[in-house]
Amino acid sequence: MSRFKDNSSKGTPAISTASLPDIIFMLLFFFMVTTVMREVDLLVKITLPEASETTKLEDKALVDYIYIGTPQAKALGSEPLMQLNDQFAKLDEIAGWVKAGEERREEVLIPKITRSLKVDKETNMKIVTEVKQELRKSNALKINYSTAQAR
Amino acid sequence: MLKKRKRQGIQEINAGSMADIAFLLLIFFLVTTTMDTDAGILRLLPPVVEEEVDMQVNKRDVYEVLVNDADMLLVEGEVMEIKDLRAGAKEFMTNPSNDINLPERRRVTSAECQQKIGEFKSYVASATDPEAKDAYQKSLEKWEEKLEAVKLLGDFSELPPNAVISLQTGSKTSYDMYVRVQNELEAGIRELRDELSKEKFGRKYTELDEKKDEDKALIKAVRLVYPQRVSEAEPVDVTKKS
Repeated sequence: MSRFKDNSSKGTPAISTASLPDIIFMLLFFFMVTTVMREVDLLVKITLPEASETTKLEDKALVDYIYIGTPQAKALGSEPLMQLNDQFAKLDEIAGWVKAGEERREEVLIPKITRSLKVDKETNMKIVTEVKQELRKSNALKINYSTAQAR
Repeated sequence: MLKKRKRQGIQEINAGSMADIAFLLLIFFLVTTTMDTDAGILRLLPPVVEEEVDMQVNKRDVYEVLVNDADMLLVEGEVMEIKDLRAGAKEFMTNPSNDINLPERRRVTSAECQQKIGEFKSYVASATDPEAKDAYQKSLEKWEEKLEAVKLLGDFSELPPNAVISLQTGSKTSYDMYVRVQNELEAGIRELRDELSKEKFGRKYTELDEKKDEDKALIKAVRLVYPQRVSEAEPVDVTKKS
């Protein structure tokens, strides 16, 4: 008799939270593994154009990025500028940048390097064409017009 | 007192805050994670040519797409809406009505391939000049590829080797428009490849897996029939031209 009374007075036992850290750790490891840290701070505003016929760039280690867009700092005006690595660059710096990118990698992988152009959609073709010409001159022929997925 | 402590042993560390620490780390990684994989339209730029080569290109073999500074399209001398460009590109690639203003597709048969392979094999064997030998070797490989494709597809018609979709823009053309045009051209070619692959192999071209060996040959064959020929040609100022 007294036994039953005892039980009801206790109410439902609290759910053990002992396994909570394990669950959190599992999530943590998932994100640690999938995380790719942003390599550069964007100095330009970029809204990518949309396209439906896109190819995914499989190997991130073999992609170098060129950013083109209007600068985020208003003091720099509204003309589109190009950013290589962490700073603004002029057209004639592309050749050196391409070379640096090639020296970082194994010789056999050099023809596989893709230069991905991340260009704001409001940009004029003038600067894009000039950049493309510079890339051709330094024999960096594989390029990618980075786009957002349409729909 | 002392005796009592000893019996209890080392006190267990309170693990209650473990979850908090893990949460903190979790939130940090959540914030820094960028899951987006970069995607886009892949293109191969033509290498710089040292001397001006005056290429003899038949006008019917060039599909001229001009985009002016106001983002308007001029295709083969006529104003066109972007929604019609896909169909236009497809017509150029296939030339279904044998129009004399569109490239002439030539039939490739297995007999012809075998004959050419035989011819080039003897050329390679007899050539003494290493440069000529290289050239013959290349032609030989080309015909061998075609024979492979014929085996998979049956007789097919091929585009002339210098047929090209030439895309030129003005200096004030917006990049958005440029990408949209590229996208439409790409879509046209992709649709043609899909249709062919579906008809011959029962699967769409986009469903073929490049990593599988048996699919690799199929992809190669389809690409031979409908090659990717969008030219990233020398920029020409469209505004000055007209």
